[in-house]
Amino acid sequence: MRVPADRAALATVTLLAAVFALFFLLPFAGLIDRAIADGETWSLLRTRQVREALVLSFWAATLASVLAGVLGTPGAYLLARGHFPGRAIADALIDLPIVLPPTVAGVALLTAFGRRGLVGEPIEAWTGFTFGFRTTAVVMAQLLVAAPFYVRAAKSGFDAVDPQLERVAYTLGASRVRTFARITVPQAWPALVAGTVLCWSRAMGELGATLIFAGNLEGRTQTMPLAVISAFEGSSLGLPGAVALSLILLVAALVVLAAFRLAARNGARS
Amino acid sequence: MTRNHTISRRRLLGAAGALAVGILPAACGGDGSDATPTRTGTADLVTGEILVFAASSLTDAFKELGAAFEDEHPGARARFNFASSSTLATQVNEGAPADIFASADLQQLKVVMDARNASEAQLFATNDLVVVTPTKGATVKTLADVAKPGVRLVLAGRDVPAGRYAREVLARASTLPGAIAADFATKALANLRSEEPNVRAVLTKVQLGEADAGFVYRTDAAAAGTQVGTVEIPAAFNVQAQYAIAVTRNGKNVTTAEAFVEFLFLPRGQKIMASHGFGAQ
Repeated sequence: MRVPADRAALATVTLLAAVFALFFLLPFAGLIDRAIADGETWSLLRTRQVREALVLSFWAATLASVLAGVLGTPGAYLLARGHFPGRAIADALIDLPIVLPPTVAGVALLTAFGRRGLVGEPIEAWTGFTFGFRTTAVVMAQLLVAAPFYVRAAKSGFDAVDPQLERVAYTLGASRVRTFARITVPQAWPALVAGTVLCWSRAMGELGATLIFAGNLEGRTQTMPLAVISAFEGSSLGLPGAVALSLILLVAALVVLAAFRLAARNGARS
Repeated sequence: MTRNHTISRRRLLGAAGALAVGILPAACGGDGSDATPTRTGTADLVTGEILVFAASSLTDAFKELGAAFEDEHPGARARFNFASSSTLATQVNEGAPADIFASADLQQLKVVMDARNASEAQLFATNDLVVVTPTKGATVKTLADVAKPGVRLVLAGRDVPAGRYAREVLARASTLPGAIAADFATKALANLRSEEPNVRAVLTKVQLGEADAGFVYRTDAAAAGTQVGTVEIPAAFNVQAQYAIAVTRNGKNVTTAEAFVEFLFLPRGQKIMASHGFGAQ
């Protein structure tokens, strides 16, 4: 009785997994198929617009990830170790930008940092500086939507570090800073790396918040996803351009994910 | 669930009633539940859903037009997808199930016709451009001001009709007799801060005060009312935007789609377009 039921269950599970895998693979197959059919992909990749978008995306996402690490690590550590009022609320709020559509993040950024925004207006009045239509705005948009992925991962990394280890370090006379650097961070390393990858990848793919808050100008705020949208609208690159750009993003994502996976494995081993 | 079933069954019975009268309620898009007898007692052949792909600048006018059309044909339902005409053209050519494509220029409609996704188009409205400015602290008071250093200018993308027309205005104001300056367009485009995906996004950026100036259609400025300032473009430099509409080949509901296009040219449709500031073709 039990064996046929198990077999049926196994068959169902396999079938569902196959359908799921197919659903994920087909869009990529479509991209590759179209790129081959168009035959222009390679020449399009060498156009200035694509190069600028690629460079901009790379550096903006990298800067956003570094900022997420610098600004997010202390927060993640406090959330994991600290006992302060409102900790549970802060912990829940971290997820907000993950759950919210990025367009909402873009509108929210405008209401805060726009020229009529909460702080944007006084800042412009004092210094003449405006955030909109600058690469700064691109990084800010990416930071807002992507950093929570890092903080979330870092926090669970710190959670998993045995507090006993840290206590032992203290009793041996190590300072808190030294303990954090020599015990906590190495222990949480794979989680920190994974968080950085997630953050960087999410930042690379950011579209909605960037378009709304930073605008779309080649070489200044036009990141890869914005170039895809512009190409789709029929800019000089056209639909083949959208396909080519998507393909680069896909390859870039694969390379980065693979590289970070290797780094995380090595980091965990050392 | 059960309750919904009962309701839809009752509607189907209504359709069957119409059949019994002896007039076939068009084999429309498969959705017989929407087929209801018209006021005159004869079944309206214009039934079912149509999907209208329309330029962003048509947003307000077409929503009203759709409501009036549904009022005229209770069994019909018009749904809309508003985006830049160039985005819509790409979508239609990629097989989007649009019944109708209404473009803000002939160029994008030609893109669709060249791909044999529509066979004939009709011009149905005209529009022209204005410069919009924020209501607070506007630095742009004339067209010439757009080229002043430091002005934050926002345009629609260069293939978006509104963006193409705007660049045409800049070129005309640099080359035609009485031009502002020969380098006017160059200087103005040096102020360009963003190429927005559609004309309504340009309007929003100006409305928010993020941009100091943007080129939009007169109808967009009118839709924003007092939320933006309007700077007129001298008639000699302005361009006339021509809107064209076509029933697309991908569509499933030709009867209703044709009725919608026809409705646009009827007095009631024309009145709605005019009330939103569009010129008659």
